[in-house]
Amino acid sequence: MKDDITREERVAGLKGMGCSRKRVEDARFTQGKGNYVDDIKLPGMLHGDFVRSPYAHARIKSINIDAAMALPGVVAVLTAKDLEPLGLHWMPTLAGDKQMVLADGKVLFQGQEVAFVVASDRYVAADAVELVEVDYEELEVLVDPFKSLQSDVVLREDLVAEDGSIPNGAHGPRKHPNHIFTWEVGEEEATNQVIDNAEVVATEEMYYHRTHPCPLETCGSVASMDKVNGKLTLWGTFQAPHVVRTVASILSGIEEHNIRVVSPDIGGGFGNKVGVYPGYVCSIVASIVTGVPVKWVEDRMENLMSTAFARDYWMKGKISATKEGKITGLHCHVTADHGAFDACADPTKFPAGFMNICTGSYDIPVAYLGVDGVYTNKAPGGVSYRCSFRVTEAVYFIERMIEVLAIELNMDPAKLRSINFIKKEQFPYTAALGWEYDSGDYQTAWDKALAAVDYTGLRAEQAQRVEDFKAGKTRKVMGIGLSFFTEIVGAGPVKNCDILGMGMFDSCEIRIHPTGSAVARLGTISQGQGHATTFAQILATEIGLPADSITIEEGDTDTAPYGLGTYGSRSTPVAGAATAMAGRKIRAKAQMIAAYLLEVHDDDVEFDVDRFVVKGAPERFKTMKDIAYAAYHQAIPGLEPGLEAVSYYDPPNMTYPFGAYVCVMDIDVDTGVPEIRRFYALDDCGTRINPMVIEGQIHGGLTEALAVALGQEIAYDDMGNVKTGTLMDFFLPTAWEVPNYETDFTVTPSPHHPIGAKGVGESPHVGGVPCFSNAVQDAFRPFGNRHTNMPHDHWRIWQTANSLGMHG
Amino acid sequence: MSNKMHVKLNVNGEDHEFLAEPRELLIYALREKLNLTGPHVGCETSHCGACTVTMNGKSVKSCTVFVAQADGAEITTIEGLGSPGALHVLQEAFKEHHGLQCGFCTPGMITRAAKLLEENPNPTEAEVRFGIAGNICRCTGYQNIVKSILAAATELNAAKEAAQ
Repeated sequence: MKDDITREERVAGLKGMGCSRKRVEDARFTQGKGNYVDDIKLPGMLHGDFVRSPYAHARIKSINIDAAMALPGVVAVLTAKDLEPLGLHWMPTLAGDKQMVLADGKVLFQGQEVAFVVASDRYVAADAVELVEVDYEELEVLVDPFKSLQSDVVLREDLVAEDGSIPNGAHGPRKHPNHIFTWEVGEEEATNQVIDNAEVVATEEMYYHRTHPCPLETCGSVASMDKVNGKLTLWGTFQAPHVVRTVASILSGIEEHNIRVVSPDIGGGFGNKVGVYPGYVCSIVASIVTGVPVKWVEDRMENLMSTAFARDYWMKGKISATKEGKITGLHCHVTADHGAFDACADPTKFPAGFMNICTGSYDIPVAYLGVDGVYTNKAPGGVSYRCSFRVTEAVYFIERMIEVLAIELNMDPAKLRSINFIKKEQFPYTAALGWEYDSGDYQTAWDKALAAVDYTGLRAEQAQRVEDFKAGKTRKVMGIGLSFFTEIVGAGPVKNCDILGMGMFDSCEIRIHPTGSAVARLGTISQGQGHATTFAQILATEIGLPADSITIEEGDTDTAPYGLGTYGSRSTPVAGAATAMAGRKIRAKAQMIAAYLLEVHDDDVEFDVDRFVVKGAPERFKTMKDIAYAAYHQAIPGLEPGLEAVSYYDPPNMTYPFGAYVCVMDIDVDTGVPEIRRFYALDDCGTRINPMVIEGQIHGGLTEALAVALGQEIAYDDMGNVKTGTLMDFFLPTAWEVPNYETDFTVTPSPHHPIGAKGVGESPHVGGVPCFSNAVQDAFRPFGNRHTNMPHDHWRIWQTANSLGMHG
Repeated sequence: MSNKMHVKLNVNGEDHEFLAEPRELLIYALREKLNLTGPHVGCETSHCGACTVTMNGKSVKSCTVFVAQADGAEITTIEGLGSPGALHVLQEAFKEHHGLQCGFCTPGMITRAAKLLEENPNPTEAEVRFGIAGNICRCTGYQNIVKSILAAATELNAAKEAAQ
């Protein structure tokens, strides 16, 4: 047999790994035919809405639902009393704590769910919410974690024993009724000894403010209890549908095979849709109670006030070095404000996530990290907003500590980084706080970045600008923001990563159809990352069928294999690996079939793009299409019919993407307005599956970094009122405020990942936040600035300029 | 309820008549009554633009328009811009230039962009950025959205020129 197309054409025809394949999702999204949870309509469906607490801390004296129930169209009003007999008035959190589903005697944060109204439509439900009378007795509010740890006011009476003693929490001993845990990594004594005796020490305190992932689609669910068949179907905004199914089964007592959880299209997640929210539980209960489907979709204010926040870390650092700039030790303590319930979405053994990646990209011989979690009267959460677990906090911490150490040493911060990078030959590298970095070539990336922006030239321009400013020739100062980050993603090895005891593997199941097309199902769920496009590319390369002939399905627990979902940049590192491994199983069977068809020994054929060829005789081959047909329709001795495979992948290690970012900013000191002149981002995410999608992820992650660094904040007043509960006050950048980004890359494959890919979706956020912040801080460094806290909104920048005497 | 109003709309070329409470929002009528779920609800305060439709030749945020205010109006939603066999140039351009990710803002964004290019067929990059500043996207960082709209403008102009 002869082929009339070249090998290159065969490769191109697959649209496999490495090409910028256009997205298959786009046809429906561009035509308004996406299917998001609020688009789901079922016959007889009712609508749920919450009565929420206006107070941050109050006892509930009474709830009167009579007027609400009397309103035509109102079917039910649920309170904690209704949920208690079912054991559903509280639910477990992902962090080993528990959380009220509906207020049980008291409320602990503004916007907390108090009662759930079920009505014929949204307008009636909203009217009924107004008619529910709740009598509150206000209590003292604690919004400051440091004060909370000193206060006599007990926030969580359920966590104090009758004799007043404080039982252990999920993560060990607690020091105070409002204390959640202490988590320590590294060697404190040895670290202190090094720092106490060091030639140079820099200390800094920094607050990484509370913010929120704020996906454009809010959270919601539709529950439908089919009482005839005893089957519950739950559609919702779930980044981890299988976890939701298991949790729903444990909570409700409905056997897991009788629960089907579906994540339809998700309008962005960014960590916000990892957790389980009271709305999901209430929609389920309401459907069980009423016997008809119940939809709950929160509004924007509810989303910002009550669903999972991110960050809120008070970080205290000490870093020591020699006079020449070689770092000798790092000490970090964090006071972590977790809000009213500990609902952080972290692997169980890591109550502060992977904060212990805070030694960053640097070879630091000894280090210590201590984290104290604290309850306050704020919304629960603590999710990884576009980052792996608490990695944004860790990278911000170390990248700020590097900058203050550079000030202490009077050294260029780019040079200080170079002196301390983990060297290429040190990988795999075990960091002082325990992680084993898989691969990296930091210096090459750094040199490429600095050359691309003409770093030396920028510093000269900045020096001139300082002179000009002092001479009164300009009112704009110039900042050069640097960051070099190492992420830790792809959670993770089941031996140390689980959520509520569920190991963090992931999965892929492939079914090849007789005519040479395929469907593959995964345990993950895309929220815009384009899995349907990119996972098909991995498979196309692995099994030699065109990506266009491969359907990728995710998010339906009745059909997809069990997986832990999509967050923490884990889809490519874990499910991507499972996909490649399942593809290789297909290929292994295909090899046997090909050998049989070609009448040679199994070892005498080899895979070549889209076929198996007889070694040394390339004109003798069977394409994967031929093989697929034969797999089903030809009796092959010793082989079962069919061509299917499933792989559950437990990764041996995390992956460690890294990158080098530079931001050039001009700041008007009189208005406090920063203008981003240039942003250069070099990312190394290992093997690149789809460059177009990677670049899109980087643009988006950088823009979310810009938002967080320059203005986005969930702010509270002393009474626990949320001051940024709508998009009027909560900063989401528009096209007008966002620059064009320059993207670049190096490729250092992960040695342990089947295709060498590391994950990229969150890197730009992790590296971007310190880069934007460092640019602002660097602009004021020549005028005496050492550190100012984010978010650097116009007012705060103006204040910085003012405090440095720059307003004359 | 007794206070319902009689509302007539022409949506994507089709006439509709129904009763609506005075407080009923246009987005609600489009999504719940006419089953046009392309426009989305993102913020309910006119900030995000996910609900953008064209009403009587102007881009409006349908989450803050009462359907009673729209009585008699001609409305175009994303569903009226192109069809599966004949996509609007913008729909093709967004796909070609990766101008979308999760897709939630996309219907509003494309509907707004279509209007923008009618108002200004030859926009500069700055004009595009300003022209879509009422539409928030959380995924793309806008770079590829701007690229898509500029590419669509070029294509539409070329088509116009060829037709002349």
